[in-house]
Amino acid sequence: MAASEASDSEEEELAGYGTALEPLPEGERIKKPVPLQEQTVKDEKGRYKRFHGAFSGGFSAGYFNTVGSKEGWAPSTFVSSRQKRADKTVLGPEDFMDEEDLSEYGIAPKEITTTDDFASKPKDRIKEKARQIAGVTASIPGATALDDLIAPAKITIGVELLRKMGWKEGQGVGPRVKRKPRKQKPDPEVKVYGCALPPEGSEGSEDEEDEYQPENVTFAPKDVMPVDLTPKENVHGLGYKGLDPTKALFGVSGGEHPSLFTDGSEKTSNLLGDLRHSKGRKLGISGQAFGVGALEEDDDDIYATETLSKYDTVLKDEEPGDMLYGWTAPKQYKNKKGMEKEVRYIGKILDGFSLASKSSAPKKTYLPPDLPRDYRPVHYFRPVITARNENPLLLQALAESTGKRETDTPQQNRHTLNASQRRELLGETALKGPSPSVLEYLSGKDKERIKEAKQAAEQQMKTQTLPQQSLNISSSSDGVNHKWQMALGEQLATPGSSDFKPFAKNPEKQKRYEDYVESLKQGQKDTPESHSDPGMTEWERGREREEFFHAAVLYKSSNSVLSSRFTRAKHEDDTDKVEVPRDQEMDIDDKESAVKMKMFGKLTRDKFEWHPEKLLCKRFNVPDPYSDSSIVGLPKVKRDKYSVFNFLTLPESTTTTITQTTNEKIQQNINPNKPKKPSRWDVSDKEKKKNDSVSEFLSLARSKVDIQQQQPESVIEEDRSRTNEPLPNKAVNESTDPKKEEESRPSMDLFKAIFASSSDEKSSSSEEDSDEETHQTPSAMPNSESTKPANLPDASSADVQECMAVTKEPDLVPPLLKEELDKKEEFGPRLPPVFFSKTTQKHEPVPLASSLEANQKEKPKKNKEKHKAKREHKHKKEKKKKHKKHRHKGKHKNKKSEKNSSSETADSSDSLSDIEEEITDLSSQELLRRLKHLPAMKQ
Amino acid sequence: MAFPEPKPKKPELPKKLVQTLECKQGAVRAVRFNVDGNYCLTCGSDKSLKLWNPHKGTLLKTYSGHGYEVLDAAGSFDNSQLCSCGADKTVVLWDVASGQVIRKFRGHAGKVNCVQFNEEATVILSGSIDSSVRCWDCRSRRPDPIQILDEAKDGVSSLKVSDYEILSGSVDGRVRRYDLRAGELYSDYVGSPVTSVCFSKDGQCTLAASLDSTLRLLDKDTGELLGEYTGHKNTAYKLDCCLSEKDTHVASCSEDGQVYFWDLVEGSLTLSLPVGRGVVQSLSFHPSEPGLLTASEGRVQFWREETHTAEEQPPAC
Repeated sequence: MAASEASDSEEEELAGYGTALEPLPEGERIKKPVPLQEQTVKDEKGRYKRFHGAFSGGFSAGYFNTVGSKEGWAPSTFVSSRQKRADKTVLGPEDFMDEEDLSEYGIAPKEITTTDDFASKPKDRIKEKARQIAGVTASIPGATALDDLIAPAKITIGVELLRKMGWKEGQGVGPRVKRKPRKQKPDPEVKVYGCALPPEGSEGSEDEEDEYQPENVTFAPKDVMPVDLTPKENVHGLGYKGLDPTKALFGVSGGEHPSLFTDGSEKTSNLLGDLRHSKGRKLGISGQAFGVGALEEDDDDIYATETLSKYDTVLKDEEPGDMLYGWTAPKQYKNKKGMEKEVRYIGKILDGFSLASKSSAPKKTYLPPDLPRDYRPVHYFRPVITARNENPLLLQALAESTGKRETDTPQQNRHTLNASQRRELLGETALKGPSPSVLEYLSGKDKERIKEAKQAAEQQMKTQTLPQQSLNISSSSDGVNHKWQMALGEQLATPGSSDFKPFAKNPEKQKRYEDYVESLKQGQKDTPESHSDPGMTEWERGREREEFFHAAVLYKSSNSVLSSRFTRAKHEDDTDKVEVPRDQEMDIDDKESAVKMKMFGKLTRDKFEWHPEKLLCKRFNVPDPYSDSSIVGLPKVKRDKYSVFNFLTLPESTTTTITQTTNEKIQQNINPNKPKKPSRWDVSDKEKKKNDSVSEFLSLARSKVDIQQQQPESVIEEDRSRTNEPLPNKAVNESTDPKKEEESRPSMDLFKAIFASSSDEKSSSSEEDSDEETHQTPSAMPNSESTKPANLPDASSADVQECMAVTKEPDLVPPLLKEELDKKEEFGPRLPPVFFSKTTQKHEPVPLASSLEANQKEKPKKNKEKHKAKREHKHKKEKKKKHKKHRHKGKHKNKKSEKNSSSETADSSDSLSDIEEEITDLSSQELLRRLKHLPAMKQ
Repeated sequence: MAFPEPKPKKPELPKKLVQTLECKQGAVRAVRFNVDGNYCLTCGSDKSLKLWNPHKGTLLKTYSGHGYEVLDAAGSFDNSQLCSCGADKTVVLWDVASGQVIRKFRGHAGKVNCVQFNEEATVILSGSIDSSVRCWDCRSRRPDPIQILDEAKDGVSSLKVSDYEILSGSVDGRVRRYDLRAGELYSDYVGSPVTSVCFSKDGQCTLAASLDSTLRLLDKDTGELLGEYTGHKNTAYKLDCCLSEKDTHVASCSEDGQVYFWDLVEGSLTLSLPVGRGVVQSLSFHPSEPGLLTASEGRVQFWREETHTAEEQPPAC
């Protein structure tokens, strides 16, 4: 508005665009913007605009939704009909519309706007902005400018061309015609279903006559509607269409507003059958379901009467020319002579072109080929008869029916080969597993026999070759035989090995059969004849051959069926065998000497294949060295479970005769570095085996106590001097102790080894039990945990005897045994005692532990005294007992207390003496009592 | 113009006592440096495991959760985890910061003598008196070991792990080296129960201490004897041995209260360090500097070279 005003006024040079802002009044502060909740919407008249519904955005109709106005209800225009009776005013929808409805954003805008078709470009502000930003930020500035210039074509090139040629939307294509456009209307006689439209034929004809038709006026041909192929998806009746609000106003101001009325009318024309034009209706609301509207003037014939005249009474061809090709299916004009004429091009012929005078040659059609008489339109699959088929009769029948003898070997067809044949062809070695050749089972004698038979057969064959060849039947059967021989392969029934004797009643025949099978196996074609009874006729021979044949096949098939069902076990589940490592560490004796000579290297080294677990390799980030093997650890092999060889690597032998063991032990002890005592696991294993022999062993030992008393003594002396004392402090003490002998104490393992079986069988195998037991009974045995048994790795096993002798005493065995059980855990290099007691005397005292030191200094003396006293006491008490035993017992206690004292922590040093008292005073009865508790605890 | 290389200093041995840690946890069964030598772990016979800064002599944390005395411990490469083993037959994985038990691996039939992490702390290897080495997976939650190396005929006393090898010393007098890369097991017979094994820093040799009071340096590839070191006393106890930080010397505990140092090449005794009156049970050499931790009678001593001054102390904590 402002722009136009500005341009109108000539005196001003400036051209202004847009609405000018009101100049700010001087000195007045700018008002605060009204908050959103207080903003109101008013229409042009200053009325508050009401929004109907939050989302519908409806308009307010009338005056506050009434039909009236501020002044009440009054017709907008009242014209007295007195003066203007003649000119009927036609009311359109606009008369009932508010002004805002006709404004730009109303439902019927009156302003002329450019439609999309003619707009250069749809203006999308957001997109525009985005594009501008993109244009700035893009790597090539202004690259998006090209996008602005090039817009995708909205209309197809065909439409474009048509427009250039003068075509307009809504028109048909073709040369303009002179006819009246009304003529195009369908025949009034055409049947209309559903709500009938008012008949208009008479009306139309009247119009036709009335209307003036200038000569030079031509009309565009009627547009042909494309066949509407949209599927019917609703449940309405055929052709029914509900009221479409966009069509509500058609027909009235059709020309006036292209966006609303023309488009809508064009689109709906096909649905309404183009009838509305002819009817001259002025009003839009004209659904078939609606009766006559209030605005409709001609309300005639709402209820159309069905008359028979509307129907066809005669069967005749439908009349062409209604031009409604789009509506109905194309008809076949059979009665028309010139079919070509009918389809002739009727359009405008372009310059330089002319219609063809003669039609092009009709397309040549080719007839389908003549089918053979016996042709069946179904493919027949021949049953595949392989040589392995188990029905020989069928195969034979087939072979004969084909007429041609299958003289060619089946090898030529690779599909008929079985695995073994293929293997032969490929030259592979036979599998050892599931399908052993029967020949392998034959004894040498049998093989001999077969050989002879074969040779005989060959000879016979040579002699009979000529006559055989002359015989047709034999040659034919030869072919079959050969085939079968190939088919049966190695799995033929073997007479020698099998108990399958189909002709057992007739030994001669059976023999012939066996020969036959053999020969088949040997790969001879014509053997049946050679083995047959010379006295038999040709026919008999043939029969027998068949018989053999079938018998062989029968047996073979069942055999093969069975063999296919079972596979040979990969692993023999031999219960007498046990898995042991394949590679054993070599004999220690050699190594021992090598070590002595310091010849380390090859002599002392054993190298094994060792398979780490896959996951371990993964965790170590190392590729699995044996990625394809499933073995873990050392490869194992099966050995006899009770084989001595499994235990040969063990250094200790477990002979039961005392003298032998003693000797052996002595010998072993001579070795200064006896490698080790066996681990407790080994011992337990052996003990299990030895269980029954232990009692015998004990009784023997009992009787020989006297003998051993001398023997071990010397051994012990020797041994002790060699053996490094486990406890250094003790060693120091012992050197000054006059009663050295007491210190040579047998290895705990040996005690264990012997008594484990007699006391608790489980103890040897279940280490945990005894261990738990020690945990559970700390109060009962205060020193059980802290005592470290002097379990020398290099302890001499000669002490076994000694020990044996001691423990034979019935009342002393249990305490000793108990001790062993408690200390069972300990073997291998020990841990040093927590604190040193005696040896520290020699060193300068550490200030920190001075008080402790004092305690400890006193303690050993006390101990010793007590031990002595104890010993004396024992001597008195058990005078009858053997001296040896006393020593041992005394030594044992001594040790115990010693250990106790040494292993006590500083905290418990105060109560140490008390404990010691208790310990040293432990009588055998007390020990026995504890022992009784022992089994219960274990369970 | 380049300056001539400074003459390499003669390697010094730790002789100077710089710290004494009174551990107050009974006998210290083992003392171990962590991976960078800034901290150390002590395993006590009172079921506790303690983390120290030996340079400052401060106790940092006590880890309790073992059911019996702790026999060995090791720290992970990133110092985030510890593992320890003990006479309660368990192997325990600890969180360093929180002191909580992350996992307890049970399965050994006897007390567990030694424990080691692998290079990436994904596997814990433990050697036990039950003559097996067990490989425990720290990544998954499976309770059973990945693999049990039960080739030893007697208890496993010592264990070391390199990036692809597991070295175990057993009481059956053998040093076994499991080579994961080659998939082979090398078993070297030493003749006497092995108490401690270790790799040399260059990875070419193995050192084995045995109960015949002898240390033997063996060629890893051939098993040949490269050196023998005697003079100390080790006949009964499980004592540690180690190599110095530059493989120049061999060190071993002794039952006579001293730590012995031998020249690796010559085999001659270079130093006997009087540590205490009792058995020096465990020692650990600093991974990069001449520093030695010794454990004897419930206390741990930290020894440095003579020229060492307090200023050189790495920032602790």
